[in-house]
This record gives sequence, C-alpha cells and structure tokens, in this order.
Amino acid sequence: MNIDSIKNGYVIDHISAGQAMKIYEYLKLGELDCQVAIIKNARSTKMGKKDIIKIDKKVDIDFDVLGYIDPNITINVIENDKKVDKFHPELKEELVDIVKCKNPRCITSVERGLKHICILKDKKTAKYRCKYCDSEV
Amino acid sequence: MKNLIGIEDFSKEEINELIKVSKDIISNKEKYLEKCKGKILATLFFEPSTRTRLSFESAMLSLGGSVLGFSSADSSSTQKGETLADTIKVVSGYSDIIAMRHPKEGAPIVAANNSSVPIINAGDGGHNHPTQTLLDLLTIYQEKGRLDNYTVGLCGDLKFGRTVHSLIVALSRYENIKFVLISPNELKIPEYLKQDILDKKNIEYIETENLEECINKLDILYMTRVQKERFLNEEEYVRLKDVYILDKQKLEKAKEDLCILHPLPRVNEISTEIDDDPRAAYFRQAEYGKYMRMAIILKLLKENEK
Ligand SMILES: [Zn+2]
Repeated sequence: MNIDSIKNGYVIDHISAGQAMKIYEYLKLGELDCQVAIIKNARSTKMGKKDIIKIDKKVDIDFDVLGYIDPNITINVIENDKKVDKFHPELKEELVDIVKCKNPRCITSVERGLKHICILKDKKTAKYRCKYCDSEV
Repeated sequence: MKNLIGIEDFSKEEINELIKVSKDIISNKEKYLEKCKGKILATLFFEPSTRTRLSFESAMLSLGGSVLGFSSADSSSTQKGETLADTIKVVSGYSDIIAMRHPKEGAPIVAANNSSVPIINAGDGGHNHPTQTLLDLLTIYQEKGRLDNYTVGLCGDLKFGRTVHSLIVALSRYENIKFVLISPNELKIPEYLKQDILDKKNIEYIETENLEECINKLDILYMTRVQKERFLNEEEYVRLKDVYILDKQKLEKAKEDLCILHPLPRVNEISTEIDDDPRAAYFRQAEYGKYMRMAIILKLLKENEK
C-alpha cells in the first residue's frame, strides 16, 4: 500500500500524537478487511507532532465517536484520488459501548450484557457521564 | 412508566403534593387502610438494610397491601449468577410495585428498564436514596411548617454521605436557603455539588470544621454518621469518627427552635443525653419515613394505572 495516496477512503488527520492506536480501537478498524495505515509522529507545523490514519476503502464508519477523544481531529473523504469532503467529528449526545465506566461501584461493572452508555453533560468541555452512576468518564 | 430513581424524578410540585398526602395519612390513617388492597410490594434488598426494608413493608401493610421479597443477596438468585435484569423480569410478574436496595450505583436504572411495574430506589450504593430525602423534607415540614427560609447545617461525612447530597439538591429548589457545611477537611462535599448546584444557583454557603462555633446560627442541623466502610484505613476512621459529636454542652448554644435530624442508625455522633430534648427530631423522622413511603407507593401505583 502506498501510504501517501489512497484512491477511495478516508484520511483521519490532526490526531494528537500518540492517540492513533486508541482511535484505531474505538473505530474498530481491526475488523475491516481493507488496508489501514497508521502514521505515528508525523511532522505538523500546527501541532509539532501528530498521528494520521489512512483507510483505503469507503466503508461506513461512525466518526462521531471521535468527538469524545478529540473534536479537533479532521476527517478527509477521498474519492478518485481527490479530497471531496472534510469535517470534524461532532459530539454525540450518547455514546453506546464506546467508553467503559471505570467506577468499580457502578452496576456496569457486574451486570452481564449491559451496554455502557455515556451521556454528554457539557458540550464546551466535551464531558460525558455514565448514564447509570453519573460518574465522569 | 413513572419510577422513583433519584430525587430529580419528582418536580417541586410533586414533592409538595407528596408532603400533603403524607400529612393527610398522619391525621387520617383509617382512610388509607384499604387503599392498596390486593396489591403486592416486592422488597428486593440485595444488600441488607433492615430499617429501610421494615419501613417499606410497614408502609405497604398499612395501606392494606401485601409484601414479599428478600433481605440480602445470599438469599436471592444473584448468588447463583442471575443478572439483575432477569431477576427483575421475573419479580415484576409477581408484584405491583418494587422497592429495591442494591449495592451497585445505577442498578435501579437497569431495574426500571426491565420491569413491567414501577421501581422505587431504596438506595443504590453511595449514589441515590430518594425516599430518605423525601422523608427528610417531610420531617422539616412537620417540625417547622415550611421548607423555605432556613439556615441548614449539614454535619459529618459530607463527602460520601449521599443523603446529604440529595438533601442539598432538594432544598436548593426552595427560596432563601443557606447552608453551613460542617465537616473535617477530609470529608468536605464534592466539588461538583458546589459547582453544579450551590454556585450555579447562587446559594449562600460556608464551609467550616467547627460545629460548636456555628451551631447558634442554625435552624436545622442534619447530622450524619461517619461510615467505617468509607475509609481505607482504620486509623483514619478512629481519628475522625468522634470529632463531630453533638452533646448537651454544644446544644446549649443552639437556637430554641433548632430541628435536629439524622438518617439513623447513629453510632455515637449524637449523644443519647439529648434524645429527650424537644429539638431532637430524629426518631420522629424515622416514623415520618413510613408515611412518606406510603404516599410514594400510592402515587406511583396511581400514576401507572393511567
Ligand atoms: Zn457508571
């Protein structure tokens, strides 16, 4: 795979350096059968260092979960070698099974089959709270 | 389905209505003797709390209903590995309303999502205990005749004391309430309560470590116990547990019409020598709890008939 160019797919840019693997997991990119490239510590004039992820296929991905990690991430949509769209992830009102509540006293820590649900509490600070125990995630 | 998971499930108007019904129950008990005839309350206590369970059961029996349930996780099917969701699906088929105590925070939400009958949260870990808050409000109303214009002292473990947290939330809906938060530095109320409730609503409050110095300003004094299980080490507990004991000597400086509350059981934070003082309202508070729970059961059963 030529990591410089992809024909059809996505380039996830402006990822804070070191966050790429986390995003790889959140977006469940490991489950894709297409080529995925992770570029770590790429040089950036704006950020110093940044990570980039390239996905070599137009698959259906819910990028909004990235708003929770870093709303400044840019997603470039590539079609026929050209950038056709560019957007930032939005903050979802509800994250389902994206982040786990870390409160050991929370019901989500023991109840089998229970979805981890987090609710957006503050748009400005991108703060989410567990729907069950209210603790910040 | 209308449930009671947290105090915010009820509006101020609904709370006022519950207080009105509780007062009516207190003065006309016979009128309510058959209100829940043929109805069954299930008390599911995944964690023992005899006092709260008996209060719920007494409430339902006084309404002419019946009760069934269990009083600890060992006697429930949780021991065999059943999920809470499954337990609730089964029990809601055997009952008309469920009062549940569970050690895990947020468990009542899981229960409500899986129940065909209303759920009353009878305490979920350190999280919510709304019936306690409602009975605290009823007690203040019964003892003092109103819910606004007070200086309220909250004393003891303000960090982990959930009853204190939801009482602050509930009282801050009323006019001109000031808080005096009395606790050791280690057990101060959490930041988020100050930010989200007190500062947001511009409510006046002071924090102090000294009960004796501020007791003369208080209209209401809410005492809490310093719970051993909240401490990581024994030494810390021993050091702090006796710091805030209310006794005759401290009470001498208090107002004549102070109202002293405590969610009970107490350990030694209130000396028994003041139990006969007319200002000590904590045993009456426990009794009011039964009437408030009767009003809650009636309300939820009625709401869900519609
Ligand atoms: Zn949680």
